[in-house]
Amino acid sequence: MAKYTLRLRRYDPESGEPPYWDEHKVDLDPHRSVLDGILQARGLQDGTIGIRCSCRQGICGSCGVRINGKPGLACNTHLQSMTNGDGNVIVVEPLGNMPVIKDLIVDMDAVHWKKIQSVTPWLLGHEPVPEREYLVPREAMVDVTQSMACIQCGACVSDCLAMEVDPEFTGPAALAKTYRFVGDPRDAEHFERLRYVAEDPHGMYTCTHCFKCVEACPKDVNPMGQIMRLRRIAGADYDIDDRNNGYRHEHAFVKNIRRNGLLHEADLLPDSYGGKFHPRAVPELLSSLPVILKGLLRRKITPAKALLHPHKAPPDVRAIFDRIDGEAARYELNLYVTGTDEESPPTRGAGEPAAAREGAER
Amino acid sequence: MKVAYWPGCVSRGFTPELHGALAQVAPLLDIELIELDRASCCGAGVIAEHSQELADTLNARTFALAQQTDGELMMNICSTCQGAQSECQERLDANAAYRDRVNATLAGSGLRYEQGIVNKNFLWVLVEEIGLKKLRSLVKRPLENLRVGPFYGCYIIRPANRVGIDGEHPRDRYLEQVIDALGGTVIDYAGSHKCCGFPIITMNKTASLTQAGRHVGDAIDADADCLVTPCPLCHLNLDLQQPLAEGVVGRELGLPVLHLPQLVGLALGLSPKQLGMSRHIVKPRAVIDWSESVVAAAAAAA
Repeated sequence: MAKYTLRLRRYDPESGEPPYWDEHKVDLDPHRSVLDGILQARGLQDGTIGIRCSCRQGICGSCGVRINGKPGLACNTHLQSMTNGDGNVIVVEPLGNMPVIKDLIVDMDAVHWKKIQSVTPWLLGHEPVPEREYLVPREAMVDVTQSMACIQCGACVSDCLAMEVDPEFTGPAALAKTYRFVGDPRDAEHFERLRYVAEDPHGMYTCTHCFKCVEACPKDVNPMGQIMRLRRIAGADYDIDDRNNGYRHEHAFVKNIRRNGLLHEADLLPDSYGGKFHPRAVPELLSSLPVILKGLLRRKITPAKALLHPHKAPPDVRAIFDRIDGEAARYELNLYVTGTDEESPPTRGAGEPAAAREGAER
Repeated sequence: MKVAYWPGCVSRGFTPELHGALAQVAPLLDIELIELDRASCCGAGVIAEHSQELADTLNARTFALAQQTDGELMMNICSTCQGAQSECQERLDANAAYRDRVNATLAGSGLRYEQGIVNKNFLWVLVEEIGLKKLRSLVKRPLENLRVGPFYGCYIIRPANRVGIDGEHPRDRYLEQVIDALGGTVIDYAGSHKCCGFPIITMNKTASLTQAGRHVGDAIDADADCLVTPCPLCHLNLDLQQPLAEGVVGRELGLPVLHLPQLVGLALGLSPKQLGMSRHIVKPRAVIDWSESVVAAAAAAA
């Protein structure tokens, strides 16, 4: 047994009082969960602590909270993994981006479930419905198992940085749910589903690639990865030219690199709005004019560089574009499905070079 | 040390001062740069949105070019390059059959990627290869009284396992360590590890500039003199777009944003002009006045 101090963020909106911190000492084996600690505090010390939980084994998704600043399930987070030597203090807060109902309980209906409902979270099968089951290739279903692993705990919603500034953003959980059906060959409404999240000004193109949801998810759903798949399918397979410039930005970027090898920003900006003379580009360029002028003035941007890009893609780079874009079907490696070769090193970009790093003292 | 150097696109495009500053700083740190001038854009996550295989192949080509040099490792100066390339490398290194497929395409370039390249951002090279102790010993003009807010950029700190953050490599604390080693004061504020908003600037401009404006505002409220970032794309949203962000968040900002090599260069005794600091949209006035007065004081003492 070991002693831990749980520092809980308490708040009862109905009381009219501001939130406050409340500390409880609990005595539990280090392998027990943060949820066990909270329940002990509630059972033995203060019955008014608000926490939602049910299965206590990482299946139901009820006990999503922020532990030491990171979202996760209280029931599958060991006490010992969360202590930092600071007197075994563990800080527990409610999930972010959602209003607090009481203490550690947030209003999932007001945010998370509303967004999930907005993407039609059920199968819209092909008609006529077969008499027996739909027959689908095995690989196609393995592919959607990753998004099906979602237990709706709200951890990704809690940490989403785009939602922090745009509360209307559909968000990682609901977009992962969209892919769950867009990736399912039994669903008949792939195009409509994609068009919905592409055309929404707070839809899939509001995701900033911040990877917060990837880290937050306790089930390895990789919501951001699912969003990137939605964008790939919408842009490359369905050519959905959305009002948010998502499609145009992607196509302008790819064309820019095929032509120049290196990015030519002065072309990318107008091209992302449909080209320099596109009605959508004009107001954008005008609003950016003061910044452009300042850039010219400070010699950040030179007229020659803005108009003529000094780089040209080497022929073999163009050949790579042509070879891969010329294929009938995109080839995608999904490590969630294939796993990693046994002999593969851990992420080596992260590792040390082969030579020992002597003399590099911290 | 000798490194295969990948400067990226933006450091030679809209933030030319970054590439220039690194060229000034590298010799002072004994870093010999072998520039990968035939390499192409990392794709910044956008090419992967179009075709994952295309992004993986373009980066495998860059890695293969780096492996042809006699550099000890490959070095980049852009958080986004680091993240986008690490993601491609994760797939390339994980699966031999996939690597063969990509290498078959590269055969047309006469190139071949061998599993396991070491690719480190300048920030990681500073802490892990040069070491903070040596960095401290090279400081000629300690950044005393300069209050610096770190701004990492998402791609260099997430996901932690892909970018190699662990107990031994607290890469999400390296900027703080470097600021401290250079004699500066680290400012703790809400936005240091958040998103600058740049990737959605053409898709949801309000959300994008709200992110940039809010982080800059938070740093000002925490009394920062400037921000420092290892990411030129973050620099675009935080510096180039700062005047527009002011309009979106409805407050005056005016906080200078330095590239990491510029901050290092200032402490190693280079002048703001040598480091291209006159090219910023938000004039780093506070920083420049400060460093010049320190230089003057040092000269007077001598």
